[in-house]
Amino acid sequence: MTRADKLDNRLSIEKSDPGRRGLFCKNPLRVKAKIPANLRRKAAPRLPELAEFDVVRHYTRLSRLNFSVDTHFYPLGSCTMKYNPRFNEEAAALEGFAALHPLAHDTCSQGTLELLHDLGSRLTELLGMDAITLQPAAGAHSEFTGLLLAKAYFEDKGVGERSEIIVPDSAHGTNPATASMMGFTTVNIASKPDGRLDVEELKKHLGPKTAVLMLTVPNTVGIFESNIEAIAKAVHDAGALLYMDGANLNALIGLVKPGDMGVDMMHLNFHKTFSTPHGGGGPGAGAIACRKHLAPFLPVPTVKKDAGRYVSDFGDKRTIGKVKAFFGNTGVLVKAYAYMLAHSAKEFGEIAECAILNANYVAARLKDLYPSYSKEYCMHECVLTPGADLAAKGIKTLDVAKGLLDRGFHAPTVYFPLIVHEAIMIEPTETESKETLDEFIAAMRDVHAQGAADPQALKDAPVTQPVKRLDEVQAARQPNLRW
Amino acid sequence: MYIPHTKNDKEEMLKAIGASSLGDLVKQVPSKFLRPKISLPAESLDEAQAAAKLSELSKKNRRPLSFLGAGAYERYTPAVVKAVTSRTEFLTAYTPYQPEASQGTLQAIYEFQSTVCSLYGMDYANASMYDGASSFAEAVRAAVRVSGRKKIVYAAGMNPQYMDTLKTYFAHSPEYSYVKVPLKDGALDKAALPDLLEGAACLAVQTPNFLGVIEDMDGVSDMVGKAGALLVAAADPVSLGLLIPPGEYGADFAVGEGQSLGLPLAYGGPYLGLFSCKKEHVRQMPGRICGMTKDRDGKRGFVLTLQAREQHIRRDKAASNICSNEALCALSATIYSALYGPEGLKELAEANAGSAAAAAERLSAIKGCSLKFKSPFFNEFVLTVPGKAAALREKVLAMKGIDPGLPLAPLYPELGETLLVCATETKTADDILKLEAAIKEAI
Repeated sequence: MTRADKLDNRLSIEKSDPGRRGLFCKNPLRVKAKIPANLRRKAAPRLPELAEFDVVRHYTRLSRLNFSVDTHFYPLGSCTMKYNPRFNEEAAALEGFAALHPLAHDTCSQGTLELLHDLGSRLTELLGMDAITLQPAAGAHSEFTGLLLAKAYFEDKGVGERSEIIVPDSAHGTNPATASMMGFTTVNIASKPDGRLDVEELKKHLGPKTAVLMLTVPNTVGIFESNIEAIAKAVHDAGALLYMDGANLNALIGLVKPGDMGVDMMHLNFHKTFSTPHGGGGPGAGAIACRKHLAPFLPVPTVKKDAGRYVSDFGDKRTIGKVKAFFGNTGVLVKAYAYMLAHSAKEFGEIAECAILNANYVAARLKDLYPSYSKEYCMHECVLTPGADLAAKGIKTLDVAKGLLDRGFHAPTVYFPLIVHEAIMIEPTETESKETLDEFIAAMRDVHAQGAADPQALKDAPVTQPVKRLDEVQAARQPNLRW
Repeated sequence: MYIPHTKNDKEEMLKAIGASSLGDLVKQVPSKFLRPKISLPAESLDEAQAAAKLSELSKKNRRPLSFLGAGAYERYTPAVVKAVTSRTEFLTAYTPYQPEASQGTLQAIYEFQSTVCSLYGMDYANASMYDGASSFAEAVRAAVRVSGRKKIVYAAGMNPQYMDTLKTYFAHSPEYSYVKVPLKDGALDKAALPDLLEGAACLAVQTPNFLGVIEDMDGVSDMVGKAGALLVAAADPVSLGLLIPPGEYGADFAVGEGQSLGLPLAYGGPYLGLFSCKKEHVRQMPGRICGMTKDRDGKRGFVLTLQAREQHIRRDKAASNICSNEALCALSATIYSALYGPEGLKELAEANAGSAAAAAERLSAIKGCSLKFKSPFFNEFVLTVPGKAAALREKVLAMKGIDPGLPLAPLYPELGETLLVCATETKTADDILKLEAAIKEAI
């Protein structure tokens, strides 16, 4: 970053000059529509007036202010910030895919439908499931879809109202938020000291009102729910359904089929396990894979192969309907399919293994300074804490996070899961090499040394970024949300 | 495969961990579940093979000259948009949880929010939703929360897919009722409003509506206000280069499908949900919001703010469960708007309206065809055709490789045999002549 990058922090509108033009649209037909004056806007929208080059320079400058997977190790726990293969981007940009209108006649969309059909079949095989919808736009949107399936399933069975969703206290915030959005009551249950779901506690809360247990596997502490069989049995004995939050699927892909463990339905995040880029917050793409008994309720359309042709299938009357206009985030799904083609079953298993290896390596090399929450080997992510030395100096997890930024590393996920005090959640992913992990480990150790020797310096971090620590209180009290 | 580990790396790492094998690390997984048989192709493809396979698949899609619209619009995507959004500092970053290392994404979100506010004439906007349909559903949910009522009144011209999505969002509860305001010459029948609005949470209107008609919103918000309801408006952002923005006709919430701002059609996504509201509803806004603030040295900076509405803080009390959004699409739309600017967007909107007007004039002159409505329209219109519209579409497609538009009978049986024909700025005079000739030949 140059000095000029740091200094010129004007908004695009502040660079605007009246009358300056970027792109033109030269009305190809030279026809002016007869739209009455009372329907026309009186004042033009307040948008920047810039030359094309101004726009390029402005946004190129902004891009340079970001950390990203391509420029920095980004060990954000639960987010699976793995390498996003360039090839996938090229595939999605192919004109045949990118220019296809969502309402195109089936005779015009055979390529995309075939791709979606094949992606769906391969995924159900990998996950040990029977059916899938690719319509949800993201993970939380998938959870919403999953709970709708549950609702429809119980209504169809005519079993009376099941109004409760059980969620462990280690769960992602989206689980309880989705449950309440759907009108369910969330029943929180405390995890055991080792971070696992307490099966006896679960049994106390299971009953005729229970609709679904939402369980993240491996859980957010990064360990596997070893009692999964007993959990699934207890849930099914109560007539309820087991939903697996697949946010952490990168630990299991190719290694375990969730369907074998008694999971009735699960979601996956293509922008995590299947390597599609996060784009600064999206777009992602989600899916719900389910067993046979939930398949009739999936959103429509799905893709069906019929007499050698692929057709949009609008299902039977029991479908929950649409969760989104059109088919889904197809552009993202093309990228996921490209990733799928690049892996055999065995190679998927290696993804999980190396993700697990990397997380354990980081935990092992840092355990003297940053104790792990769990005493066991972790799966794809480890949850550490700042440790007694730093705590004694008043150093918080936030300070460690900011210290890492100054050392050229994105911070891990911090203060999550909520059950771990001062959590530092590190998910290296399988695409990072031992060398990168060694550099990261060295940076973590260096942060520790600084925190012990000169705690104030660490509390002042970051000092190398475009801005120092920001006043979040002012941002919330006097919201300035637009120009 | 994108794994860097050599055999040597693995051994050294295992040694540092103190484990004897990779199997040691997954002992917590019951062995019966480990390494199941997976029936996928035994060999993965190398990049060249995968490229060939994907290219072949993409060519199985046909690309007719298309007059389809109905909520997704063919646009030219400028080179600058593609170039800047493919900068991997934007592409491969995540949600700006560490603001000091994410000022680029954050400032872009702030500029996006500002762009949406300016286009829609609204006070505040969020950092994006999944698409127009889910944005619309969230706006109605917010209106329901604000009003405490459960009757949803909607214009017959609302996009049917938006209504389907809304009904799915409320599927958990039978208490919600839906009342449709009938069409009058393809537009909202305002005379019917006072009665229908009684006890309503909101009126949901789209303009230009699904049938292409530009609604005259004069007086609507007064009627809505009198009933103690809220106004939820959906509008195409490009149309707002030309048309009255929702803020000026009193919308409480205004939403839209941002795909229209130059995003590829991509068979339905990723698109971009635009969501904006009046100031007083800001705490009902779902999703992420970026705000401007200062750093320790008093320097301008940006952070995610008002997070007490969101799932990661409020859990089961959150305004919505949304987490990932469509940030890169939002960046794309922001750049598109900055490139065209106010004048360029007006030109785009005029060109859309002009193309559609030209197409309507030619097609309605065909014997047996006519415009269904007299109301002014934007970039699409309803054309009555002789015989079955679906059969006509298939025939024109098969014979001439032209998609003449969407048959409306499955969605609006009351309109008879009609096509919804869309012509954006991508259409030339020659394209329209071709369509005209093809329809003539087919009927």
